[in-house]
Amino acid sequence: MENNKLLEVKNLKKYFNLRSGFLFQKFTGSVKAVDDISFFIKRGETFGLVGETGCGKTTVAKVILRLVPQTSGEATYNGVNLFKLNSKEMFKIRREIQVIFQDPYASLSPRMTVGDIINEPFEIHKIGDKRKRIKKVKELLRVVGLNPEHIHRYPHEFSGGQRQRVGVARALALTPKLLLCDEPVSALDVSVQAQILNLLTDLQKEFNLTYLFIAHDLSVVKHVSDRIGVMYLGKMVEVAKSEDLYKTPLHPYTMGLLSAIPIPDPELERKRKRIVLEGDVPSPINPPSGCSFHTRCPNAQDICSMEEPELRDYSKNGNEHLAACFFAGKPIV
Amino acid sequence: MTETENNKILEVKNLSTYFYTDDGVVKAVDDVSFDLKKGETLGIVGETGCGKSVTALSILRLIPQPLGRIVAGEIIFEGRDLLKLGQKDLQNLRGNKISMIFQDPMTSLNPVYTVGNQVMESLIVHRKLKKDEARREGLKLLEMVGIPEFKRRFNNYPHEFSGGMRQRVMIAMAIANSPSILIADEPTTALDVTVQAQILELMDELKYKTNSSIIIITHDLGVVAKYANRVMVMYAGKPVEFSSVDNIFYKPAHPYTIGLMKSVTRLDEEKRGKLKPIEGLPPSLIDLPKFCIFRARCKYACDECKGEYPPLKEIEKDHFVSCYRGKEFMEGIIERFDN
Repeated sequence: MENNKLLEVKNLKKYFNLRSGFLFQKFTGSVKAVDDISFFIKRGETFGLVGETGCGKTTVAKVILRLVPQTSGEATYNGVNLFKLNSKEMFKIRREIQVIFQDPYASLSPRMTVGDIINEPFEIHKIGDKRKRIKKVKELLRVVGLNPEHIHRYPHEFSGGQRQRVGVARALALTPKLLLCDEPVSALDVSVQAQILNLLTDLQKEFNLTYLFIAHDLSVVKHVSDRIGVMYLGKMVEVAKSEDLYKTPLHPYTMGLLSAIPIPDPELERKRKRIVLEGDVPSPINPPSGCSFHTRCPNAQDICSMEEPELRDYSKNGNEHLAACFFAGKPIV
Repeated sequence: MTETENNKILEVKNLSTYFYTDDGVVKAVDDVSFDLKKGETLGIVGETGCGKSVTALSILRLIPQPLGRIVAGEIIFEGRDLLKLGQKDLQNLRGNKISMIFQDPMTSLNPVYTVGNQVMESLIVHRKLKKDEARREGLKLLEMVGIPEFKRRFNNYPHEFSGGMRQRVMIAMAIANSPSILIADEPTTALDVTVQAQILELMDELKYKTNSSIIIITHDLGVVAKYANRVMVMYAGKPVEFSSVDNIFYKPAHPYTIGLMKSVTRLDEEKRGKLKPIEGLPPSLIDLPKFCIFRARCKYACDECKGEYPPLKEIEKDHFVSCYRGKEFMEGIIERFDN
């Protein structure tokens, strides 16, 4: 069973320390960007991670890739703890874990041709000779739906959607197993968004990929994911199969989030009752005591501000459905 | 004047706004006509670069000059053509009878003045209030838009506010002089979903309270479905379909509108099928073809589409479409949501 999980993250924490003063900096506190998060991704599935700005979803990806060091916890990929590897071993494993970034305008070097950009992974990992590489780059361009003849063009000659395709091609170059997609479509227009989402789904089937799909748009995440984790202020508040999460959300934050998203259907919208969560997300420097959502929660009781609820399994149909709430499943009136 | 005409608070006729760049003339808005009725919310939707923001900016004549120019058209408001007004009359109008909420609350407030100061500004300028009166009014406005501890917050600077709170301040400024038209250009795009819901609810509530009309510009079809009464869909600087929200969503008759509806991810979709994106990309706005601009991406294109640009035609009451085959969609000769 264990083998079924391609990536498992356990009790992951990432605190950013805050210092003040010049010269003799004093430790003044920390931002708990990721606070004790655990989840796993099965082979071939898409795990969606949603949450609002600053909830720590991107930091999770960065820590897994070891682009920033973790504070504590472990991330096991294919049976090996990524945090225990030395740089040489990590270098090797990076071939199998690739990223697609949010902003196709910023993640491609403007001074390199598209061919050079996609070729770079081969160079870094010393794979193939020049002829083979060019052949491979052209093939990749074709796979992501671009014209292989455009290999000598620069990123600025492409539109946003096409640039994102280049980003996808680069990520695919080393035939990875796990792709971390950090808001891959949020910078794109709806009709182009759909093109990229379809491309990602097709590639998943073709190359047997596993995705960690990070986004703030729950309707996009729901569309692509098998299971979804909802984050709030550095914590995981709910994890469930995507249909279960939509049909029977247990955490009041998830309920609010679902209700906040207008559905493109006027009649349905007229009938729909809306839960509008009050207030803003609190600062992660001084997160509220107890359950960090209690300041905005319409169901909050005394206990919520004193104790922190654990992530527990409330599954009814056999599919794991975790929620961190004392009153999980209680409807919001 | 008949009653229905009386009902129109704003009428835009054949508006064209071009930008003269080194690469050529960009026809950002090309021959756009629409009207806004009293008390309604009009949604303008379309993708990046379709001219929806430029349309809004043109109404208040905020087009950056000399690069951009309104080359043709009329914008009738209260019996006057806004395009013929002098600077002074325009100033009297902006932020007074017609006001605007911009997309990015982080950059549209002045960082060196307190929030209170900025809310008072339009009261002092337009209503000629004294400072203490303006202060009293300003406090009332901040309370109205739901700023907690508004008395203390009045003296804060914009950087001390969160994005949602800043947008509330923008709204307070916009409604300060009870405008008859509120133009909101992507008012919630920079905000988180839960905050987006708060802001949109607030705008809707204030619309009823102040009895104003709203033009909301957005790319989010969900927002349009929820708040708009009528919708204009724009593509490459031209309106392609204009009708009631129900018609646009349930009986779209332009292939672009239909394509948009099919490519959007829906939270309530039952099965995870494949999305049906519109193939290809929007055209460059320089050197637009004479024929239908959507033809290159349209799977329903026929011989007739190679001819002149299809004019906006009324295919049923209050349902305007610029497509030669619009009628066929209406009569069910072409199935809209097939495959």
